[in-house]
Amino acid sequence: MTIQFELNGRLVQANSLPGTTLLEYLRSEEIHSVKHGCDHGECGACTVLLDSSSVNACLILMHTVNGRKIETLESFSTHEELHPLQKDFLNEGAAQCGFCTPGMILSLEALDREGAEIQEANVRDALNGNLCRCTGYVKPVMAGLGTLQKSSSAGGDS
Amino acid sequence: MKVIGQDTQRVDGQALVRGNAVFADDIKLNNVLHVKILHSPVAHAKILKIDVSKAQALEGVVAVFTHKDFKTHYYTTAGQGYPEPGPRDMRILDSTVRFVGDRVAFVAAETLEIAEEALGLIEVEYDELPIIFDVEKAMTSDISLHSETGKTGIHNAAKNVAAHLDAELGDVDKAIETSEHVFEGTYSTPFVQMASIEPHISLTWLDENNRLVIRTSTQVPFHVRRIVAEVMGIPVSRIRVIKPRIGGGFGGKQEILNEELVAAVTLNTGRPARIEYTRAEELFAARLRHPELVSFRLGFDKNQVLTSIDLNILENCGAYGPHALTVMSVTAQKALSMYKAPSIRVNGDGVYTNLPIGGAYRGYGAPQAFFPLESLMDEAANAMNIDPIELRLKNIFKVGDDIPIAKILGEGREGFPMVLYSTEVAACLKQGRELSGWEQLRSEKKIGRYRRGIGVAVAGQGSGIPGIDMGSAFIKMNEDASFNLQVGATDLGTGSDTALAQIAAEVLGVSVEKIIVYSSDTDMTPFDTGAYASSTIYISGSAVKKAAENCKTMILEQGRLLLGNAAAEIDGTFVKDRKGQSISFEDICIKSFYTDEQKQIMGTASHMSYDSPPPFNATFAEVEVDTLTGTVRVIKIVSVTDAGQIINPKMAEGQIEGGIPQALGMTLSEFMPFDDKGRPINLDFNSYHIYTARDMPELVVRFADSHEPTGPYGAKAVAEIPINAPAPAVTNAVYNAVGVRIKHLPIRPEEILGAISRNEPN
Repeated sequence: MTIQFELNGRLVQANSLPGTTLLEYLRSEEIHSVKHGCDHGECGACTVLLDSSSVNACLILMHTVNGRKIETLESFSTHEELHPLQKDFLNEGAAQCGFCTPGMILSLEALDREGAEIQEANVRDALNGNLCRCTGYVKPVMAGLGTLQKSSSAGGDS
Repeated sequence: MKVIGQDTQRVDGQALVRGNAVFADDIKLNNVLHVKILHSPVAHAKILKIDVSKAQALEGVVAVFTHKDFKTHYYTTAGQGYPEPGPRDMRILDSTVRFVGDRVAFVAAETLEIAEEALGLIEVEYDELPIIFDVEKAMTSDISLHSETGKTGIHNAAKNVAAHLDAELGDVDKAIETSEHVFEGTYSTPFVQMASIEPHISLTWLDENNRLVIRTSTQVPFHVRRIVAEVMGIPVSRIRVIKPRIGGGFGGKQEILNEELVAAVTLNTGRPARIEYTRAEELFAARLRHPELVSFRLGFDKNQVLTSIDLNILENCGAYGPHALTVMSVTAQKALSMYKAPSIRVNGDGVYTNLPIGGAYRGYGAPQAFFPLESLMDEAANAMNIDPIELRLKNIFKVGDDIPIAKILGEGREGFPMVLYSTEVAACLKQGRELSGWEQLRSEKKIGRYRRGIGVAVAGQGSGIPGIDMGSAFIKMNEDASFNLQVGATDLGTGSDTALAQIAAEVLGVSVEKIIVYSSDTDMTPFDTGAYASSTIYISGSAVKKAAENCKTMILEQGRLLLGNAAAEIDGTFVKDRKGQSISFEDICIKSFYTDEQKQIMGTASHMSYDSPPPFNATFAEVEVDTLTGTVRVIKIVSVTDAGQIINPKMAEGQIEGGIPQALGMTLSEFMPFDDKGRPINLDFNSYHIYTARDMPELVVRFADSHEPTGPYGAKAVAEIPINAPAPAVTNAVYNAVGVRIKHLPIRPEEILGAISRNEPN
């Protein structure tokens, strides 16, 4: 089955067997920021943006992404410049082991793109699907809140 | 100090926030075989027959292994010092299975799907044996789980006692008899899972020289090398273990979990192999915190001063005994290192049952100690009508005190004398009292449906295992005055690479950016026992400090040679003399490489300590109990820690902030029930609920000003200490709110409701 979709700004084609998940495909393509943690859509380590919404790639079957737009953390930075969320995660010490960090940043980016007013409660809601065993979510919430409040007051889309 | 105490950015931070390929699974191996384990569906059985012919015939299956493929050799999967302090009671594959999840066989196939399909084609005939889940029954049962000859280090196999400890100082019975007040109680802590988000994953391949490379998510690369060499019967020299970035461990990766299986596949087929646990396997076939049934008797005199502590431990080891002795021994050591009592006694048994295997989990046996101890201290304070904080202040060990239990109980042998050189528990309690609103919350009227309460608990831990843990470091200088720091110390996501770089930078007088850290590769870095027992900063950090000092001495000597003045001294990143001559670190290195007095400027050092200074913590919990539903909500946790000099405040805060929700999970949300056949019920994150961003209470995290004279720059450990006190702080707060004393974790709403209705019959 051949499908066509946008991956990190490039149009790509994939031949996937039925039943292949987006997580399996992305990792086979060496998109390493997308992590495998549970396979059940519970841990959020495989979070990606699908048409700007955060989804668990382990729950998305490849045939359903035909014609859609997928973004992973690989598209967020250049070799020189970090995305504001990445910068603040770094400065706040929000990444400890870093395994759940890509998923957290993508969930926060999805929240930002929704354009809602940013408060601690909706930052926590946005991160609720990203399990983290290292940080207690304190610094990720602080980093997310800081970046997204700056971004919304600037009116930009970070 | 310029670098110590600063929020230095993580040396691996850029790679982590970019999602770069830094974890074990982030490499592509050609021609890799996927390995899956057939786990036992029954809790106790002899394998009468095992037929793998259908599995082997499946296209894409390359190898199937059963117990018949391995000669009988008993080892332990515990990644600990050598000789190991616990029993050697496990085979790579055995003809007897002892819990639901035990290994029966493993398959290597071209794809994961084929490997999974092949598992279903293995035909096994089990002769089911009687099962034991209860530790007390296990000790009197006729059934012995480990009666085979050849197993070593088991205390009493006939009685299923994997490990035993007892010790007494003074005359406890007499002291209890003559005490003014005696408080006693039996408490239990459950199985809980480390639940690192990155599952256990190991990859193996043969390199161009036919050596076995193991890239694995581990806290103990050097123990992996030693144990795999032993189990596979190949020399250590043929193995290289690489530890990449690790996605959390918390003790779960202080285990040789599956490395030996993929090693067997690669050595037998010559092909790369990969094994990764599913989340369900993580929950039932990895390792768990040992449940303990702990009884204390505390005797006090009329001045509310402890006269004696009597401690009894029954530890549930599950089916095998990795960490059996040492977890229990930490329960005893930590419980008896908090308060001064003239007479102390401990008696403990670690007992086999047909349940999953206990292992190392953050805090080791200490959370099992402090839940009962701190609950009883609360009960004692209430009964003796003294403020719980005051009672603790009256009885804690103080600077200069000898802690006698340390000498009696070591790591599986006699320990070493211990004197307390630093403790700021009192300061932690005072600061916590202010930040938590202690007085007001404690005395407020408890009425209405929702009742608030506040509780306090204190705890200690250690900084490495005295006389055992050893770390080493190698530092070499480059011509731009940067330094390669190579350490065996294992950063498992804690940030220890960064903290060690800070220590090296502080000594050498350079910025942290000048330190290039490479850690935990058995070919490339010197030895380290590994990341456990809160040892990295204190032990490995001291090795780094000494290695950096040695390197600095060599820079100075070389500078003096080059200046031709033996009286020159280091000033910043120059060597200068009084005549106004100076030479920069850069020039010293360039000349040493190319033109003058040529040599590599470098330093090496090892460090081992007979001291293990305890970090301390005071935790205050504010809770709200719904008297209609029995549910407990934690509103706020104030956690004040004495970890000596803090090397990196943000990273140290991160340790505390991350430890608290793990403790709250054990207290309120994480639960591993089994059915009557020993089959686990909660096998995903939906049912095994770890704290999420929305579940978190408000956290207030502080550090006391403290300096440990034996630590590098005054530092003690910080990794495990936050997990010990939250459980009793919360249950003490529940008592304060509704008068219900919780003795068994996790807290169940029905227990609270039942107790409330008994207390308030209408």
